[in-house]
Amino acid sequence: MNPLLEVSGLAKHFPVRRGAVLARRIGAVKAVDDVGFTVSRGESLGLVGESGCGKSTTGRLITRLLEPTAGTIRYDGQDIAHAGRRELMPLRGRIQMVFQDPYSSLNPRHTVGEIIAAPLASLGIGSRTGRRDRVLELLETVGLDAAHVHRYPHEFSGGQRQRIGVARALATEPELIVADEPVSALDVSIQAQIVNMLRRLQRELGIAMLFIAHDLAVVRQVSHRVAVMYLGRIVEIADRDTLYERSQHPYTQALLSAVPELDAGTGVGIGREVGRGAGRERIRLVGDVPSPLNPPSGCRFRTRCPKAAEVCAAQEPPLVPIGGGADGHLTACHFPALLPL
Amino acid sequence: MIRSRPSKDPTVPRTPAALAWQRLRADRTGMAAGVVVCAFFLLGLCAPLISAIYGKNPYTTYGQNEPGLLDEFGYPTGSMGGISGRFWLGLEPGLGRDVFTQLLYGIRTSLLISAVVVLIVTVLGTAVGLIAGYAGGWLDAGLGRIVDIALSFPSTLFIIAFVPVVQSLFVSADQQTPTWMRVTTLVVVLAAFGWAPVARLLRGQVVSLRTREFVEAARIGGASPIRIVRRELLPNLWTPILVSASLSVPVYVTTEAALSFLGAGIDEPTPDWGRMIHRGAEVYLSDITYMLIPGVAILIFVVAFNLLGDSVRDALSPSGR
Repeated sequence: MNPLLEVSGLAKHFPVRRGAVLARRIGAVKAVDDVGFTVSRGESLGLVGESGCGKSTTGRLITRLLEPTAGTIRYDGQDIAHAGRRELMPLRGRIQMVFQDPYSSLNPRHTVGEIIAAPLASLGIGSRTGRRDRVLELLETVGLDAAHVHRYPHEFSGGQRQRIGVARALATEPELIVADEPVSALDVSIQAQIVNMLRRLQRELGIAMLFIAHDLAVVRQVSHRVAVMYLGRIVEIADRDTLYERSQHPYTQALLSAVPELDAGTGVGIGREVGRGAGRERIRLVGDVPSPLNPPSGCRFRTRCPKAAEVCAAQEPPLVPIGGGADGHLTACHFPALLPL
Repeated sequence: MIRSRPSKDPTVPRTPAALAWQRLRADRTGMAAGVVVCAFFLLGLCAPLISAIYGKNPYTTYGQNEPGLLDEFGYPTGSMGGISGRFWLGLEPGLGRDVFTQLLYGIRTSLLISAVVVLIVTVLGTAVGLIAGYAGGWLDAGLGRIVDIALSFPSTLFIIAFVPVVQSLFVSADQQTPTWMRVTTLVVVLAAFGWAPVARLLRGQVVSLRTREFVEAARIGGASPIRIVRRELLPNLWTPILVSASLSVPVYVTTEAALSFLGAGIDEPTPDWGRMIHRGAEVYLSDITYMLIPGVAILIFVVAFNLLGDSVRDALSPSGR
């Protein structure tokens, strides 16, 4: 079966110009550079990385809020990388997005009912009464009261607003939802509610999801597979348990080791379990993420990698399966290895 | 579709507009200023009615028709510019016309011109601002330079020089320029420069709104650019549009008065505040009342309208943001 979404060679370079009237192009921020992955129907792919690594840009390219510089985005067999607005229209209802900021993602001048019905109205789906019924149904689906339909966004808390955003994304019965950091702006206590709701909806409705986040614990809860990005590239991709238990890439290992750990023995905690359990050692990365304006030659991670050698500067490691790894476990590293425990 | 209904039920939410109105109602300065502004509008609107009851008009030269009202130098007899029970605000020196009705009809001239200018300027400026802000790119750059030029132009000097030139094109030298023509010229030249600041303001607002996630959500929902502008952007722009419009009315009232004072605006015999001050400036050494009355009227109107504009802004800006 063909995957629902197939991305290959995806790149987005933002030109950097200097000068006011006769602007010269002095370079480009390579926000996303040669990214490829697939998402099957009903599957949830987590996309993690530090801020600025290009994960949000990737999400915006797939929903075609941005036009890619290069590469293809095949959705259900059709390349939409350079499709115009009219060509995208039939797909608009099938790909939806949940945004990061629950405050700026809802128009303050519209009622909740108008917000949720907006995609239906834009796409001309259903009659007015049909749309109203659908809105009430959706409010129930995301755990809001039908009486909220005439209220304005400013009357809701962040978590409730995010539920409204999810209801809007669900309105057109999409096959794919791109969730761009959907819980990072919320209180931790609310995060769990929203994550659980997204996971439940994703499973119950069989919606494929691209879940973008920087929080590894959150991604672990909702994703079937996880891709790790660094400086515009995917450095490792694997199914969830393989990635969290047997990662091969030093960057992934460093990320996992940085997640705060609760001592399982004391029974204190909120049920976050990330990384390889007790006894692991924190891998400290030195230096900052290099500028995407001028990324390092060869492996982009080499400037901070504890294993970096000469070959890393000369040659870019391809994203390939590593011997002995699980199926579909791809790593882009010259010296992949399990961490010595 | 799903529309909010106004309701007295406290559990049913209020619309942002209702909340703004509630805040405006609670603002005593704003309400007082609003009452003054409304009074000016009412006086202007009812000018013919009031002058009919009052029994005088702004054109008849009472002082010249009736002996005893003006002295031999043409100044009103009696103190304070001839203020009396018969002439509530006195008489104009020289021609001896009634000041009160001139002031009343002057409101009409000032407010008509400013209201029309503000309307044109707001619609034009909003349209340009929306296009430049939403389209971006070379269109934004091009419109931005035109706005720069319009803003950097010495508009007052230009208007003073330009108005007589235009009028001489349409009216031969031996004819009197018709009033509608003077009014139209004023409106056109004021609007020709006035749209630029509005466009700049709105463009900035649109640029900051355009990148908000709800606009992206609308695009993902398949909304057309027109739909985005109309449904997503415009409802969020009413605040700056209303505030800029209400604050620019007094600006145009004073500008119009200034132009009339300088002789580039309204002229005899049309009643106008600026023209009255112009005449007042010629006689103020002997009779300050005739200059004082229209001056104080403008002052009260401008202060009240500015206070009202401030209150409108305060009432609108915190809503739901």
